Amino acid sequence: MYKDSPGSVLEDIPSAVAKTKRKSSPQLIWLIPIVAVLIGGWLAVKTILDKGPTITITFETAEGIEAGKTKVKYKDIDIGEVKSVEFAKDLEHVVLTAEMNKGVAPHLVEDVRFWIVKPRISGGQVSGIGTLFSGSYIEMDRGKSSTRREAFVGLEVEPVVTGDVPGRMFVLQGKDLGSHAVGTPVLFRRIKVGKVAVNELNQDGSGITLKIFVESPYDKFVNSNSRFWDVSGIDITADSSGVKINSEGLMAILLGGIAFEAPTGTRTLPEADPDTAFTLFPDRAAAMKQPDRETLAFTMYFKESLRGLTVGAPVELNGVGVGEVRNIMTDVDPKTNEFRFPVEVALFPGRLRAMSREGVADPTPAEQKARIDNYIESGLRAQLKTGSLLTGQMYIGIDLFPQATPAKIDWTKSPPVFPTQPGMMVELQATLMNISKKLEDMPIGQISADLRTALQSLNRTLVGAEQMVKRMDKEVAPAAKSALDDARRLLDTANQTLASDAPLQQDLRTSLRELSRAAESLRELTGLLERQPESLIRGKKETKR
Amino acid sequence: MSESDVTASQLGLCTCHGCGGLSELIPGVHEMRCRRCGAALHLRKPDSIARTWAFLIAAYILYVPANVLPMMRTGSLFGAQSDTIMSGVVYLWHSGSWHIALVVFIASIVVPLAKMFSLTYLLISVQLGWTTRSLERTKLYRILEFVGPWSMLDVFVVMILVALVQLKGLASIQPGLAVAAFGAVVVLTMFAAMAFDPRLLWEPKERQHV
Repeated sequence: MYKDSPGSVLEDIPSAVAKTKRKSSPQLIWLIPIVAVLIGGWLAVKTILDKGPTITITFETAEGIEAGKTKVKYKDIDIGEVKSVEFAKDLEHVVLTAEMNKGVAPHLVEDVRFWIVKPRISGGQVSGIGTLFSGSYIEMDRGKSSTRREAFVGLEVEPVVTGDVPGRMFVLQGKDLGSHAVGTPVLFRRIKVGKVAVNELNQDGSGITLKIFVESPYDKFVNSNSRFWDVSGIDITADSSGVKINSEGLMAILLGGIAFEAPTGTRTLPEADPDTAFTLFPDRAAAMKQPDRETLAFTMYFKESLRGLTVGAPVELNGVGVGEVRNIMTDVDPKTNEFRFPVEVALFPGRLRAMSREGVADPTPAEQKARIDNYIESGLRAQLKTGSLLTGQMYIGIDLFPQATPAKIDWTKSPPVFPTQPGMMVELQATLMNISKKLEDMPIGQISADLRTALQSLNRTLVGAEQMVKRMDKEVAPAAKSALDDARRLLDTANQTLASDAPLQQDLRTSLRELSRAAESLRELTGLLERQPESLIRGKKETKR
Repeated sequence: MSESDVTASQLGLCTCHGCGGLSELIPGVHEMRCRRCGAALHLRKPDSIARTWAFLIAAYILYVPANVLPMMRTGSLFGAQSDTIMSGVVYLWHSGSWHIALVVFIASIVVPLAKMFSLTYLLISVQLGWTTRSLERTKLYRILEFVGPWSMLDVFVVMILVALVQLKGLASIQPGLAVAAFGAVVVLTMFAAMAFDPRLLWEPKERQHV
């Protein structure tokens, strides 16, 4: 149709030129999907290879944890991320699923610990402030085991000691916790060398167990003879040398603390192994006491009251402690049906030996018994003594009483009975009895009769004296009074006579004036006579000039 | 067959893609050049179906890492986080910006997928020689060509954020591997669409009527 009508135009269309060179193979285009597959495959492999292990961590609560945001860190480097937070099946825990980096996979072993880092202020230090801004994160502490694991139980409390701090753990057994919270410092010569890592009650409730961590290099100062004691607060002791206040410094007062030291004079022992158990003493004095490993138990029966004797009271030989009271009991003697009060004591023969010369070999038990028998024979007895008159504290003194009734120790009994001697109080009582008896013997009736007669005569004398006084009062006093009146009248008269306006005075003044006038006329007369001695004869001449 | 359905190939003619000049085909010769400008002459885009398949398969493969790997890593004072396209959409949806979530979802997930599926559909229809709905399929192809460049939205957003948010320490954004993969997917689908020759959609019909 087009071909026919406008024919000419179509006829003019030039013919194409045949191409000689063959184009490149169309198969090359398939390189693109192959490259895409390679890229995709590489990405997939890379992602799979980069993907570390997925672990689960169980916590009590997921406070501050957000799935997809919360990081897992070790030494502040991200090593993983929490992917999901879910309840455990029992609804009592939360289970965090975290994806860890590939690099940490070999380190995820059994004893790896995880905990949630939150801001914390305790033990005199502040930590985790950064989490105030960035939110909580989970911190990991490396483990030492080689068994791999994927499910972990997280710690609720940040551990005090992390695995990367060199040092050693030791165990302390104490009576009570005192103020040893987790983190309480451990001091060696007042330098902080460690801290309390764990504190827990013994399973049977008989005491507490502390685990302390002593950092390297100070851990080498802990040896098997080290003594640990509580330095919490202030230790005030008042003794004959005055008042002493002991403290391990302000930090110890505020936070408490545990100090350790080896007693002076002990030879250097090898370093203690990790997890060695030690006793925690309440104070330094108790800690430094020679440990009494060897004890001899005895029972003692005292006749006097045991008031003031307490468990722990010392047993002294000439003022030196050689033992202590372990127990005070009550029982009934089956034979006599009387109450008895056995006092169980422990004697430490080691202390006696420590005081003896060195180089003497320790005696065998048989030798020891023989020795004690020997002493008992020569009068060694226990005696109850008063330690302080103020507090009434008692102690047991062991002394030689050569006059004591002979006694022997029956070694078959357990514990054997140690012979006793009536104590000071009993002696004092006896003395007082003596005194009162003597007082009774005195002739008190006669003495009182004599005394009464003496008193009667004295009474009579006193009555006589009183009568005499009365008499004097009646007879002497009026006479004296009239004499006194006369004297006063005389004095009055004299007074009147001598007064300035008295007549005698007036008269005297007039007569004196008369006398002076007379003297004047006499002077005139003598003057006239001097000038006109004739006038005596002729009479006074009239002056006419 | 109506008059308007006449094609150049039926007349033994071919347009040059380079200069637009018409040339008469030499019967029996397959490889020809334009007499005027020397460009290779084809009645159809050469190896159109194979090329389209190649690009399309590559796009399919890279679509997986584009969605699985993180698109970007956001690091800030309050922690770091990496998001894939889907997690970003979920986050936006949960945080209340559901319309933005919808936009991102459509632009980044629906459109590329729709593009790839549509191309697959067109290719299959050509290879099986379907004769129906040629017009609709041609319209679909035109839409594909038009939408093409707009699928890069995600890549643009990430690139802009990476360039802008670089406050050392406080906040920083880094592109993930998915950006590259996603970009490749978009480019590859565009190539695939270009490699596809819509004239192929009409061929079976022509053959039917000849």
